[in-house]
Amino acid sequence: MRSVWALAAAAALSLLAFSTNTIAGEPKQGGILRMYHRDSPANASILEGATYSVNVPFMGVFNNLVIYDQHIAQNSPDTLRPELAESWSWSGDNKKLTFKLRQGVKWHDGKPFTSADVKCTFDLLMGKSQQKLRQNPRKAWYSEVDDVTPNGDFEISFNLKRPQPSLLAMLASGYTPIYPCHVSPADMRTHPIGTGPYKFVEFKANESIKLTRNPDYWKKGLPYLDGIEYTIIPNRSTAILAFVAGKFDMTFPTHITIPLLKDIKSQAPNAVCVVEPTNVSTNIIVNSSSPPFDNIDIRRAMSLALDRKAFVDILFEGQADIGGTMLPPPQGIWGMPKDKLQTIPGYGPDVNANREEAKKLMQKAGYGPDKHLAVKISTRNLAEYRDPAVILIDQLKSIYIDGELDVVETANWFPKVARKDYMLGLNLTGNSVDDPDQSFYENYSCGSERNYTNYCNKEIEKLFDVQSQEIDTNKRKQLVWDIDKKLQEDVARPIIFHARAGTCWQPYVKGITIMSNSSYNGFRYEDVWLDK
Amino acid sequence: MFAYLVRRLFLMLVTLFGISIVIFFLLRIVPGNIVDILFAAAGYVDPADKVDLEKQLGIDQPLVVQYLHWIGGLLHGDLGYSYVSEKPALQEILPRIPITARLAGLALLFSASIGIPLGVISAVKQGSRIDYALRVMSLSGLSLPSFWLGLLVLTASVAMFGQMPIFNPNPQSFGEAFATYCIPAMVVGFRSSALTMRITRSSMLEVLRQDYIRTARAKGASDAAVNYHHALKNAILPVITVIGIEAAFLIGGLIVTETVFNIPGVARFLVEAIRWRDYPIVQNLVMFIAVVVVFANFIVDMLYAVFDPRIRYTD
Repeated sequence: MRSVWALAAAAALSLLAFSTNTIAGEPKQGGILRMYHRDSPANASILEGATYSVNVPFMGVFNNLVIYDQHIAQNSPDTLRPELAESWSWSGDNKKLTFKLRQGVKWHDGKPFTSADVKCTFDLLMGKSQQKLRQNPRKAWYSEVDDVTPNGDFEISFNLKRPQPSLLAMLASGYTPIYPCHVSPADMRTHPIGTGPYKFVEFKANESIKLTRNPDYWKKGLPYLDGIEYTIIPNRSTAILAFVAGKFDMTFPTHITIPLLKDIKSQAPNAVCVVEPTNVSTNIIVNSSSPPFDNIDIRRAMSLALDRKAFVDILFEGQADIGGTMLPPPQGIWGMPKDKLQTIPGYGPDVNANREEAKKLMQKAGYGPDKHLAVKISTRNLAEYRDPAVILIDQLKSIYIDGELDVVETANWFPKVARKDYMLGLNLTGNSVDDPDQSFYENYSCGSERNYTNYCNKEIEKLFDVQSQEIDTNKRKQLVWDIDKKLQEDVARPIIFHARAGTCWQPYVKGITIMSNSSYNGFRYEDVWLDK
Repeated sequence: MFAYLVRRLFLMLVTLFGISIVIFFLLRIVPGNIVDILFAAAGYVDPADKVDLEKQLGIDQPLVVQYLHWIGGLLHGDLGYSYVSEKPALQEILPRIPITARLAGLALLFSASIGIPLGVISAVKQGSRIDYALRVMSLSGLSLPSFWLGLLVLTASVAMFGQMPIFNPNPQSFGEAFATYCIPAMVVGFRSSALTMRITRSSMLEVLRQDYIRTARAKGASDAAVNYHHALKNAILPVITVIGIEAAFLIGGLIVTETVFNIPGVARFLVEAIRWRDYPIVQNLVMFIAVVVVFANFIVDMLYAVFDPRIRYTD
């Protein structure tokens, strides 16, 4: 009899536990998500922004035509979802992309959203509008778009000069929100109006950013949160201590370095922490327009001397990735497979053998144990730039190159690079969309604004266009791998490593997904909720 | 006395005019401007956009024209617009002043209320264990950098109490209000209290060796009367000077402390504005600080006469 009662009690307890779990698993409405922000963005205009300091707090104010699924860490063509566009279709020749737009959507000031707003947004981005953006960092994304034409209030077509399947990837980026026609770009910098789940409340520079729930959001029942508050804390130690002390529900995304992550876990063992690639590569820019790096042998020797694993071990305790231009798999969609990567000079596992080969090239160029080459390695005055530059200097010693660190303030960095007043530079390149079109055209095409080294290879340029027009993803991948391999062999901008970083949140924060191949596209936060 | 005041005020105006020139032109010597910074953050430069933006902000104008424009506006109470937030500079600066003023005031109060009595005790008990202990304390105060001390306080608070003092614009309790201002003020004031203590000690020692102190003791005055009535009143002048100078140097400690404790005051705002080369904010803020320092010096000079009847300002 006693055992029957015990069984019944156990059954009741398990039922209770089950129902508690079920309730805990269901999203709850309410609460303010408190997060610290790593720095004060210049303004609130995402279209003018160039860092994720602006995407993170303001992405929730807006909607895109399409968006990457906010709960699948890896952005890919398969994870594209409709947002302000209900559906899309390509024309037979793949030169026209037509979107059917959602009806009944309202801007935060109550005005209706129509196709005119989409046209206004892209005219601004393409520089065709009367009004101008203060800065237009992603104008090049739309270089293949001829025009954007509305067909009535709720349909719009992008007419392309040639097929470009990657256009959808650009449109899904957090950097591509739709702006309203009736608000000027200047006003969007100080008081953004969107159609998104959160309404802008205030932005006090160096102090805080506040968003509140949009009660008229077109997705009924969303968002779950009453609002989001960001406290701007540029001092990382202070910010992390505040998170540990429970003042914040979440750290700024991908703000935690790998060594710091251990500290957090030891002080706040219940915190949920993830480490993901940021799709930011640390690379070397080479001034090949003047001696000594106009000599391809010296460029190749430098590339061969790199011990990439040492960088990863020292700076990331082993948690970073080695790859080419494109983020390596499994998180990266387009990165070369390991076996192909290792066929590139300098990527082979035998570092000593690579360096012996490098020494021979240096000797061919007239340098050796008795005659070292003195170089200045310029970099920005930020830890994530300086630290790898110091390791680079140490590694170059092994092939008769004596490096000297030349630290440059941010304001002077690009003017210095533009006037070719450097020998070697240690640089970081962030990719907002994991797509070759974004990376290749921005960083390696002849005359591109971000092609700091003026690398120009007409043959590769043709291949850029071939891969860009390829509809079949698998065929495109093969083309991309070949291009990436050639870029590394040409020592166009040797990639040292792809960084990883951590994000932590309190266990009661639910519905957060940190993107694994982009730091720019996952901050809509419309279905994030607090289980407390 | 009146003529002296008028002359001092005139000299203050001349000084401030000179400072305005120095601020304006030194700021322009710093490489880069807001447009360079914005494009640097974006990782590209579009020469046409750059020219447009410089024109829009008026930084394409000759420097003298820009200077006259600023000073003309300043005389009319128009401080211009922040290049970054595009809000009126006054609107950006004004709300931050009381925060820093409270912090600086409390830091000075802390510095004086700790530094002067301990300096007196140290002098009176010269050569004793208390004297040695206080001298070690003052040496530590001068040696420990504010940022280290600030981080130590924060880390200790989290480790010991699971809480941390960080700026709270709407404190709900006395504890929160205390943490908001008093703890950072103590961190800032720790260094200047050490300096005040040292100056008070040496000044007191000098005075205590004077003949009139011996006379006072010979007349049977109590230790307290001798130390505090006769000695301290005469020893305080150099201390006032130091506190006046410290008020000017306090801004350095405030920058660090406001950053560590995340206090949205003037000092941290100034650093951010310099980072962005937000000229209207930087030049107006530095000018404001200059005005405060010049007036602080003026007040210190006036206090001399109050504390030392031998000093009389005449024409």
